[in-house]
Amino acid sequence: MPVYSLTVNGRPRRVTVASDTPLLWVLRDTLALTGVKFGCGAGLCGACTVHLDGAAVRSCSTPITAAAGKRVTTIEGLHPQGEHAVQRAWIEEDVVQCGYCQTGQIMSAAALLAQAPHPSDADIDAAMTGNICRCGTYQRVRRAIHRAAQMGGRAAGGAP
Amino acid sequence: MTARATLDRRELLTLGAAMAGTGLVVGIARPRPAGAQGAPPPFAPDAFIRVGADGVVTVVIGYSEMGQGISTALPMLVAEELEVDAATIRVEQAPADMRYANPLFGLQGTGGSTTVRAMHEPMRRAGAAAREMLAAAAAEAMGLPRDQLVVRGGTVAHEASGRRMSYGQLAAAAGRRPVPQNVALKPPSAWRVLGRPQRRLDAAAKVRGQATFGIDVRLPGLLTAVVARCPVFGGTVTGFDAARARRVPGVRHVVQLPAGVAVVADGYWAAKKGRDALTVRWDEGATAALTSAALSARYAELAQQSGRVAKNEGDADAALRDAARRHEAIFEVPYLAHATMEPMNCTAHVRADAVEVWAPTQFQTSTQQTAAQIAGLPPAAVQVHTTYLGGGFGRRAELDFVDDAVRLSKEVRAPVKVVYTREDDIQHDMYRPATYTVMRAGLGTDGLPTAWWARVVGASIFARFFPQMFNGMDESSVEGLTEHGYGIPNQHVEWVRHESGVPVGFWRSVGNTQNAFIKECFVDELAQLAGQDPVAYRRTLLAGHPRLLGVLNAAAERAGWGSSLPAGRARGVAVHESFGSFVAEVAEVSIEGDAPVVHRVVCAADVGTVVNPLTVEAQMESAIVYGLSAALRGEITIDRGRVVQSNFHDYQPLRMHEMPRVEVHLVPSTNNPGGVGEPGTPPIAPAVCNALFALTGRRIRRLPIRPEDLRRA
Repeated sequence: MPVYSLTVNGRPRRVTVASDTPLLWVLRDTLALTGVKFGCGAGLCGACTVHLDGAAVRSCSTPITAAAGKRVTTIEGLHPQGEHAVQRAWIEEDVVQCGYCQTGQIMSAAALLAQAPHPSDADIDAAMTGNICRCGTYQRVRRAIHRAAQMGGRAAGGAP
Repeated sequence: MTARATLDRRELLTLGAAMAGTGLVVGIARPRPAGAQGAPPPFAPDAFIRVGADGVVTVVIGYSEMGQGISTALPMLVAEELEVDAATIRVEQAPADMRYANPLFGLQGTGGSTTVRAMHEPMRRAGAAAREMLAAAAAEAMGLPRDQLVVRGGTVAHEASGRRMSYGQLAAAAGRRPVPQNVALKPPSAWRVLGRPQRRLDAAAKVRGQATFGIDVRLPGLLTAVVARCPVFGGTVTGFDAARARRVPGVRHVVQLPAGVAVVADGYWAAKKGRDALTVRWDEGATAALTSAALSARYAELAQQSGRVAKNEGDADAALRDAARRHEAIFEVPYLAHATMEPMNCTAHVRADAVEVWAPTQFQTSTQQTAAQIAGLPPAAVQVHTTYLGGGFGRRAELDFVDDAVRLSKEVRAPVKVVYTREDDIQHDMYRPATYTVMRAGLGTDGLPTAWWARVVGASIFARFFPQMFNGMDESSVEGLTEHGYGIPNQHVEWVRHESGVPVGFWRSVGNTQNAFIKECFVDELAQLAGQDPVAYRRTLLAGHPRLLGVLNAAAERAGWGSSLPAGRARGVAVHESFGSFVAEVAEVSIEGDAPVVHRVVCAADVGTVVNPLTVEAQMESAIVYGLSAALRGEITIDRGRVVQSNFHDYQPLRMHEMPRVEVHLVPSTNNPGGVGEPGTPPIAPAVCNALFALTGRRIRRLPIRPEDLRRA
């Protein structure tokens, strides 16, 4: 099987996996980064969202070949202490319920704030509509994104 | 689950304590069954409260955290009496052990919105007993009477002298003391934790990706399995060709199971590719010709037959015959999948003399029993580790994933995690039953109903789930139609059972999901026939039911019922009791293109005594979104015995841009705690459908809401 090099949460990694392996399973099964979640396998729910060279992507639908040589940030690497403005805002707004989709929600929100430090509700709709939450936390997700923006979501973050 | 059993106060949990290591351990033990011999068993370290020498308070919870907030609520109950800040409590998940059995089920399990209802008093009693043991230890150490000491913030203090001892200093001595059995609980007026907002204790782990869900379990040598399941319910394997699957790098084993054929590999991706490379021959069995259209037609035929009587008060037939006006309507609802965000999965490791199971399960006792049976070992040899659940909604009360994982581990002699693809998860669920319901009412000259008549056709959840308890009547099929609070003198409700071959299960709020839709839409129709306002009409009928009336009035007032709205918008209302709680919702809707848009939902809830208002509000929001997803788009259809839908493109939950503004108002109550996880779901579908009627003049009598049902009458 081929070997691929990529940078994950700031650290260079080499992985030996089949060339059609989605980035999601490289992160979860090979690199033990289980904060990245499997939800649908088809880019429909956003639970697997990570940053690829700073942009939010669905890792379940990103083959390892498309991630090779690039920078990948997962929830584990969003902030060294897990205290990115988005994570702090999430706690303050008491967003999570079951929590399964929330790491994907947070990665989408962090990418949004990196692009638009003070997003409108329409910006939030556009950026977050790909992230499904079956617990229905959307109203709190929206509030938390606005709160993170007030906290300076972009500046306070680690790697976007 | 419907909580059909009632909490028997005489069965209330007794208290005991024992030493564990260096600290205090307080537990709640269920009394031994009648006839049990000998002294009560000593306490093991898995009791309910531990206070360590470091002063850390650990609360062990025997229930499953699936988002509903019990891993915050149960520590709050302890914190109130133990006089500590709930946020400092460490939470630990209990093993499978009947000492943690849910008193409402007689099994260790989470469902039916029962956890806080069952544990509200026992957890406080455990906290109070622990507090008094710590205080007594301090009194002894200080040589002072207990009543001169104040317990607060994890310390016991003598304020006059300024002497104080921490819980950590006292834990060992407290653990040697007898457990007080009748400590008075604080009156609600003295509560400082309960009823106050408390942010979730599991939030930090969850926003950092550190919470371990079932699918995240990692073990040395762990293999992953993906299973080819017969696309037709009830089908069986007649043969398979695994040659191509075995050529996929990383595939280790191909194993036939009762559920199908499993490919076991080094990781998910190899297992999934191997599974997709299998050729399996199936005997599709008796369900192979089933279609949703044929089922609907069959239901319509069966609705001509009489069924098993669930309720009969007065003489509904005579009252219908003599009524000034009669009304009949037929309602249909589809199967629904649960579609938890975390697909079904389970990890098992079967050894010669012991089994470990790591499961995102709602039912620890059944998980343990299932594993024991398959492994051929006694239940005590099975250790169950309950992980976080990435959503439950009733789906994780099932055991299919446990069954697969234990069989596979036993066969390949290694730890195995079985993972469902999303397609497996949606196509191999135990669905909310599809039903067909005939409703009839007779109205008097005043427009009020004199007769209420219902015949429900559908499958039984309980006959499959609790066959030993099933007596021919499945109350979940008619719940919500039989007990509704409306003062109607003559009532008759019956149920015609029909099993189509599609398995049915508990889906958030169970029978109330469909029956609240039917009941509240039908009552709205009666109000229209009577020429009365829907809220005013319900008020009259609920005169004898103050709690339903209370939430109805609160929701109507907060929503501005009767005030004007922008053109193209309308309101609808529904009110329903379930799981010991009372919820009314007012939905504000419009129609854009051919689709309904829900702008605002005002929810008033009376859930009895509130433990954590933040959780109650969150659960109402959550339940509304869950029910709204179903009302707007939720539908599992069957073609040739197979589920048509497969993933989130054709089974579409609500998304961010569709989220209405939801306002939750808690109606103050001093009643016993009611359920919180489910009661917000039932009223949303009828509230939306009644609002759409106000816009179009057309009644919606089937779900999901279809474009053709929105055209103006």
